Amino acid sequence: MRLVAFCLTALLVVSLTADADWRSFRGSATNSLAPEEQIPLDWESDDVVAWSAELPGRGLSCPIVVGDKVVVTASSGYRQGQLHVLCFAAVGGELLWERTFWATGRTSSHPKTCVAAPTPSSDGERIFATYSSNDVACLDLEGNLLWYRGLTYDYPNASNSLGMSSSSVVVGGSLVVMVENDIDSFTTGLDTRTGEELWRIDRPQAANWTSPALWSHDGEDLVLLQSSAGVTAVDPVTGETRWSYGDGASTVPSLVASDGVAYVPSNGLTAIRPGQNTPEVAEIVWQEGGLSPGTSSPLVFDDSVFVLSRPNVLIRAEAGTGEEQWKLRLSGNFSSTPVVAAGHLICFNEEGTAFVVDPAESGRIVSTREFGETILATPAVADDALYIRSDAHLWKIAAP
Amino acid sequence: MLRYFCLGASLVFCLAWFDSASADEIDELLEAVTAVEPRGEGNPAAAEAVRELSQADASTLTRILAAMDDANPLAVNWLRGAFESVAARAQESDDGLPATELEAFVLDLEHSGRARRLAYEWLVKADPSAPDRIIPNMLDDPSPEMRRDAVARLISAAEELADTGDTAEAKSTYEKALTGATDGDQVEQIAKSLDGMGTDVDLVNHFGFLTEWRLIGPFDNRDKIGFEAVYPPEQELDFDAVYEGQLGEVRWETYEADSDGKVYDVGEVGKFDLAALTEPHKGAVTYAATEFVSDTDRPVEFRIATPNAWKLWVNGEYLFGHEEYHRGMRFDQYSVRGELKSGRNTILLKVCQNEQTESWAQDWVFQFRVCDLSGKGLTSGQRTARADAP
Repeated sequence: MRLVAFCLTALLVVSLTADADWRSFRGSATNSLAPEEQIPLDWESDDVVAWSAELPGRGLSCPIVVGDKVVVTASSGYRQGQLHVLCFAAVGGELLWERTFWATGRTSSHPKTCVAAPTPSSDGERIFATYSSNDVACLDLEGNLLWYRGLTYDYPNASNSLGMSSSSVVVGGSLVVMVENDIDSFTTGLDTRTGEELWRIDRPQAANWTSPALWSHDGEDLVLLQSSAGVTAVDPVTGETRWSYGDGASTVPSLVASDGVAYVPSNGLTAIRPGQNTPEVAEIVWQEGGLSPGTSSPLVFDDSVFVLSRPNVLIRAEAGTGEEQWKLRLSGNFSSTPVVAAGHLICFNEEGTAFVVDPAESGRIVSTREFGETILATPAVADDALYIRSDAHLWKIAAP
Repeated sequence: MLRYFCLGASLVFCLAWFDSASADEIDELLEAVTAVEPRGEGNPAAAEAVRELSQADASTLTRILAAMDDANPLAVNWLRGAFESVAARAQESDDGLPATELEAFVLDLEHSGRARRLAYEWLVKADPSAPDRIIPNMLDDPSPEMRRDAVARLISAAEELADTGDTAEAKSTYEKALTGATDGDQVEQIAKSLDGMGTDVDLVNHFGFLTEWRLIGPFDNRDKIGFEAVYPPEQELDFDAVYEGQLGEVRWETYEADSDGKVYDVGEVGKFDLAALTEPHKGAVTYAATEFVSDTDRPVEFRIATPNAWKLWVNGEYLFGHEEYHRGMRFDQYSVRGELKSGRNTILLKVCQNEQTESWAQDWVFQFRVCDLSGKGLTSGQRTARADAP
C-alpha cells in the first residue's frame, strides 16, 4: 500500500513539473523542442487524432499544456471583442471550464489575424492570457480570476491597427509583456501575484510582432527582446538591460536561444552572444544572408539551426557556422513555427497541411496530413502528444 | 501536497464564510473590486476580494451583475470573472442557475447592456428556450450584441420568405431588420438584399457619415513634424483667416465627398478622400472642420477610420490622437467618446500624411461618423460644414 502511495505521489510530482509541460509560445523554454516526446510519425491514419474539440472563436494563439490541462484562447464577436480562455482535459478533450472577458483595448486588426493572436503562458499555478487588445487576464488552473489588466486602457496609444501578436513569458515571478508599436511602445514586467507593474521600459517606436525569448546560460536567466533596432537582453525581475545587439532585426519571426548563443532573424540569420571583452555588447558569431526566416521562427536542434524561409523552403544549417546542410521544399505558405518531437520536425502550413520531416541526412517528408482548415498557430507538445488549433478546432495527435 | 492541503482548507473556509456572509460583506467585496483603476491601482485588494467573491453562492449572481452598471471597463472584467466562477458552479449544482432572476435582469433596461448580455448568455445555458422568447423584442435594445441577435433572426426570416417567393414580406422584414442593424456585415447584407428587390438604402445616412467638410492645408509634416506642431487652426477656428502653409498661403475651402449611399461596402461608403479632393500631398497636414447640430446634450462616440495619423477636437476640446501611418483602414477603426452639447458643435480633425513612397502608403483619407454609445449612427439636425453659419 505504501508503495502504491509512493508511486502515486511520484506520478503527481512528475506531472506538476515544467519538463512535461508546454507553458508558452514555442514551449516552456521558448525553443520549440520536445525531442523526447514520442508522438506518432505516421499521420496518414485517422487513428492519430486522439480527440478534437470545437472552439468558440478565432485564434492564432497556440495551446499550452499545464499538467493534465490544455489551455487555449479565442476571440469572438463582430468586433472580436469577446476574449475567451478555454481549458480542456488532456485526456479525453472534455471542456473543463471557459471564461470570457470584454476587450478593453482596440480590437482592430488585419483580417488574417485576430485578437486572440498572442499565446498564453503559465508558471504552473497560474495562466496568463494576453490578447491583441493588450488585455491581460490571470486565472488559476480551475478558471478563477486572480487579476486583470488592460494595458491599452492604461496607455491608450499603445496599439497597432494591424493587430498585435507578441506572446508573454513568465520567469522569476515576472510576467514579461511586450507592447511594442508605432507610438506608446513599451515592455513591462508584471507581478505574477497581483498584476502590478514591476518595471516598464520604453522600446523603439515601431510595430513589432515578435515574442520574448528566454535565455538561460551560466546560471543567468534573462529575457531577450527583439525589435527593429536589434536585441536587448533584460533582467526579467528588474527590467535592467544586461547586453544588447544593435544591428537591427526582423519584427515578425522571433529569435531562439540555445547553449549561450542567440539566433536572430537579422540580416538573414545572425548568431550572437554577449561580447567576450565587453559583455554588455553582443558579438557576432556568424551571419548568413541566405538563412532569412519568413514568418516562422528559427529553431536549434541536433547542433543545427532550422529555418523556414519564405515561402516554403525548410533549410538546415550548422548551428556553429551557419553553413547550409540541406534544403527541403514543402508546399503552401507558413505562419506556424515548426516544433521538434520524437526527433522529427512537425510543420503546419497555412492551408492546414501537416508535414512530419525527418531531419537526418538530406531531409525527408515522412508523412503528411490534411486538416482541411486554415492553420496559423504553432503546435504544443507534451506527454507524448501534439496539440494544434485552427480558428474552429483544437486537435490532439497521439499514438492510438 | 501541502499546497493542496492549504487550497482545500481555504476552500472550506470560504464556503463556511459565505454561509454566513452578510449583504454588507458582499457589498464590501464588490466595492473593493470596483475600486480598481488603470495601471494596477487597487489590484491587491481587488484580487483578494475577487477570490472571496468567486466562492459565493448563486444568490449573489445578480448583485455582481448589478455592480457592473457603474464600474469602469477593467472592474467590469474583474466582476465578470467572479460571476462566471459562481455561475459555473451553480450550473453544476442540484439547484442550477437562477433562471428566473437572470431573465428579470436581462429584461431590466436600467442595467448596463454588458451586464444584461452576460446574464442572457448564462440564462441560455439554463433555459435553451429563452432566445425565442427574448430576442425578437431586442431589435431596439441598447446592447449591440442583443440587437445583433435580433437582426440575425430577421435576416434569416427574410431569406426564408424570399426563398418561398413572398418578396413583399421579405422586403418588409429586411427593412425592419435594418432599423436595428449597426454592425457592418449585417447592414451590408440587408442593403444588398433590399437593393436586389428594387429598394435603395442610403448607408451614408444609416451610419451617419459626415461627408461635407471645410479643409485648410497643407501644412508641413516633413519628417513627421506636423503631428506635434500646433498650426493656427488648433488655436482659432476662423474660417475667413488666411495662413502661411507648407506651399504658400492657405485658406478654408468646402469640399463634399462622393456621398453615394448606395455603395454597399462599409469600407468604402462615406470616405472623404483628401488626396483625391485636394492634392496627393506628401509630408503634409490638412485640417478638416465641420459642424454637428445635436438636439440635446448627450454622450456620443466619434467613430473614425483612417490609415493616417490624426487628432480630434470637439468644441475646442482635444479628445484624442493617434500617430500611426498606413497600418490599414477599417470601418469604425477608432472609437472616441465625447460629449455633444445641444445646438451647434464644431468638430476639428487633423489628418497627417507622411512621406512613404510605397504604393500602399499613398492613401490620405478618412471616414467619420457620430453615433450613440451603442453604435447607432446619429445625424446632424442641420448637417453642414459651415461651422460659422448663422
